Amino acid sequence: MTYGAKVRECESAQLRRRTRRRALAPATLVVGMAMTIVLGASCEGAPGEVHTDAPRDPSADGATAAAALVARSPSAPSAAAARRGELRVCADPNNLPFSNRAGEGFENRIAELLAREMGRTVRYTWWAQRRGFIRSTLKAGECDLVTGVPSSLEMVQATRPYYRSTYVFVYRQDAGFEVRSFDDPVLRHKRIGVQLVGDDYANTPPAHALATRGIVGNVKGYTLYGDYSEPNPPARILDALARDEIDVAIVWGPLAGYFAPREHARLKIVPVSPQVDVPFLPFVFDIGMGVRRGDLALAAEVERVLRDRRAAVDSILARYGVPRVDPRPTAAE
Amino acid sequence: MNNGAEVRECESAGATGRPRLGRVWRGRVLAAATVLGSVALGAGSCVEWGGMTGERGAEQRSRTLEWPEVRTLMPVSPRNVTVPEDGQWIMPSRDYASTRFSGLSQITAANVGSLQLAWTFSDDNEFGHEGAPLVVGTTLYVLSPFPNTLFALDLTQPGAPVKWKYRPPVQRSAPGVSCCGHINRGPAFAGGRIFFNTLDNQVIAVDAATGAEAWRVRVGDINRGETMSMAPLVVKGKVIVGNSGGEFGVRGWIMALDAATGATAWKAYNTGPDADVLIGAGFKSFYSKDNGRDLGATTWPPGAWQNGGATVWGWISYDPALDLIYYGTGNAGPWNPDLRPGANKWAATLFARDPDTGEARWAYQFWPHDRQDYDAINESVLLDLPIGGVTRKVLVRAERNGYMYVMDRRSGEVISADTFGYNTMMRGVDLRTGLPREVPEMAVKTGVVTRGICPTPGGGKDWQPTAWSPRTGLLYVPGQNLCMDIEGTEANYIAGTPYTGVVAAWYPGPGGNRGEFFAWDPVRRRKAWSIKERFTLWSGTLATAGDVVFYGTMDRWFRAVDARTGKILWQFRTGSGIVSQPITFRGPDGKQYVAVMDGVGGWTGAVVENDLSTDDPTASDGAGGVSQDLPAHTEKGGTLYVFALP
Repeated sequence: MTYGAKVRECESAQLRRRTRRRALAPATLVVGMAMTIVLGASCEGAPGEVHTDAPRDPSADGATAAAALVARSPSAPSAAAARRGELRVCADPNNLPFSNRAGEGFENRIAELLAREMGRTVRYTWWAQRRGFIRSTLKAGECDLVTGVPSSLEMVQATRPYYRSTYVFVYRQDAGFEVRSFDDPVLRHKRIGVQLVGDDYANTPPAHALATRGIVGNVKGYTLYGDYSEPNPPARILDALARDEIDVAIVWGPLAGYFAPREHARLKIVPVSPQVDVPFLPFVFDIGMGVRRGDLALAAEVERVLRDRRAAVDSILARYGVPRVDPRPTAAE
Repeated sequence: MNNGAEVRECESAGATGRPRLGRVWRGRVLAAATVLGSVALGAGSCVEWGGMTGERGAEQRSRTLEWPEVRTLMPVSPRNVTVPEDGQWIMPSRDYASTRFSGLSQITAANVGSLQLAWTFSDDNEFGHEGAPLVVGTTLYVLSPFPNTLFALDLTQPGAPVKWKYRPPVQRSAPGVSCCGHINRGPAFAGGRIFFNTLDNQVIAVDAATGAEAWRVRVGDINRGETMSMAPLVVKGKVIVGNSGGEFGVRGWIMALDAATGATAWKAYNTGPDADVLIGAGFKSFYSKDNGRDLGATTWPPGAWQNGGATVWGWISYDPALDLIYYGTGNAGPWNPDLRPGANKWAATLFARDPDTGEARWAYQFWPHDRQDYDAINESVLLDLPIGGVTRKVLVRAERNGYMYVMDRRSGEVISADTFGYNTMMRGVDLRTGLPREVPEMAVKTGVVTRGICPTPGGGKDWQPTAWSPRTGLLYVPGQNLCMDIEGTEANYIAGTPYTGVVAAWYPGPGGNRGEFFAWDPVRRRKAWSIKERFTLWSGTLATAGDVVFYGTMDRWFRAVDARTGKILWQFRTGSGIVSQPITFRGPDGKQYVAVMDGVGGWTGAVVENDLSTDDPTASDGAGGVSQDLPAHTEKGGTLYVFALP
């Protein structure tokens, strides 16, 4: 795991800088607000082989039995896991800065924190964070907790959010232009990269925002799913920015906050504006954790730890450069 | 008889080359008319199906070990099919014309009421079963959903025990990386081998007698979102396959592999410059909209064609006389429509290609600038129909957009296009330009809520194939009657978090029935009869010379219907819902059997297959929401049911 080792070095370097800079002030949800974060560039992740192996984690009670239990009582599998002293987490093995198999993501760190506080150990079910993730993991009874979901996600029971972040513009510091808003004229002639997903009308919010403004011909798409044989496939859009393939990337904050400092080029991160486009297209989302619907016991326990260890959670998020736009410092309360 | 009298022109049967087991190719043996020994009508070479019943069992039995060369299985005429019925089912479409019509007629409208279960078989796979079993000689083949195990069952033994099974080495992580489940639409037989695709993009050739792997080739990358679910078509020693994954931004392609070695013979992309699409001097479309240089690139924003979808996950047909294959391409992707202004060729397009070289001869784009996710992957049924006083070589397509297209298969001209269900999306096809008359208010737009879109992306009919009876002149269609609202304002995809999908609510169209099984007369351009179904229909169709038509429902009914009247004559309650393709065959005992797999799944069945939440109307992009009551009617399955008369 040379890759992992290098990432750790980078992380600690970033951590030192970040704690000094203390740049991530909480912000309120104000349409039109912009915030600039300048990050130094120094680290680069060495390419590493990331495998996905058999995603099903053979458990003692067996997948079928667990699935059958799910139907009757959503909390039964997690309760059984608790009795075994396990916190069963569903996670992507190749999805930094959120999670990876080596445990290097901020969600890995927070899961470990949770487990410690709950007197358990983390046990992962690894599955690619693509369509079908929830159904194949949480709903199949393979695991009990998804460590990062939008609060509005219908498929799960979401806990109270533990952070709020935003989509951001990312561009080279030496670009010679500034971008703060989707209405900035500069977007009409610069090469813009956005992430793409699905074919069913919906796409990433920035893709829609550009479309409604008629900004189309100068937009390059990077599939969000990317090539899963490469490390952290969603990060390719930032590689493209560093390679000067595009002038501006519009990406979800945590992705930019983590990878931008690791690119060759010095990159600048600016939260998008407006935070909510008309008629209703938000770029700011609350992120909580997800349990099976009805698994109230686990949800309550997770919420308790997130609230009690608020400072520790904030510190982990800060270490990973997650741009925060929380309404107030203690979002979990 | 009667039927024959209406026939204006008949095709010569041609000769039948019959390869023996072990791929020893034999010369021509018998003219079809001689084999049939049935009534010849009018034009000398015309043969009527009527006399073909089981009484010729002895002769047929002796021949069941001989396998017909698939090239000859080409009934192209409406009422005078000139191909011998050998009682086999060697490809999911039954024949190159994709009729799914069997000449077997032991089971008739008069006696089907006494049809009984003969035996069953479980493939130990609980995912959605969309495939067709095959019968070659005295062996029945079942291909399971992923991990795609191939079973060979011995029909000569009581209860059809397993002769062998072949388990391909697969990437276990495939379902975690792919989008859309474990489905597979079936294997195909040719030249002593069974060919099939795996979800993780392998094309595999297995010896039909022994189960030994002949070759195995990986042709796509699951890490980039490519998968394979379609059934191969084997034409002139080439295995023709295509990719799936339009939802993941893959670039659609079709390719041919040498059936002997697995080596690539040709590969054509469905987007990009002409050189990639294999469009050259021999390309001439009927409509000017489909002619022009590099349209696969110039009808997109710069470079957007590189992940523009237009995959090949449906059906391929073949006309040996014209020597053309026909297939349609999937939706444009992964951009939402406003981000890809232009016609987005060649998504939602029908191609005619030379099977030897892959070169495109003509194309017809059904749905320029696909806003509706109306894939054009449905089957092309190749028929010769009396239209306007002359017999025309046509292809008939029950299209996603809810229109029945009758097209000239030489040129790509649209002869007629008629709506076959409730439709708010389009008002016919301009036969001069070939363009659909779209209803502009119904176009899904960014930031706009659109209500009352009918049909849904699942279409008036999705992939589930129709069947054609030359005896009745009717096409039997498993259709949907669904509408939807799109809350086009919300796009809440967030990197690194679970995919939430689009907020779309599907609901039944007028009448309240979600499915409709109907018979369509493509000459008179109207429905002959119709059966309203409670749930969406996701099963294929089988037509037989006994004038009985078979199909299955999501709520576990396997039905036999009078081909002429639509009267339900018989039904059987299976263990799980049916989303697969029924077949019929003659067993070594001379009896006619009907076979179907259960195992609910697929798009609208995903609510059961994937344990989707039934209180979320937008589950599975709306398709789950419209099936919320389905779990009360079916559990998961994976059983083959084989029926026969007592």
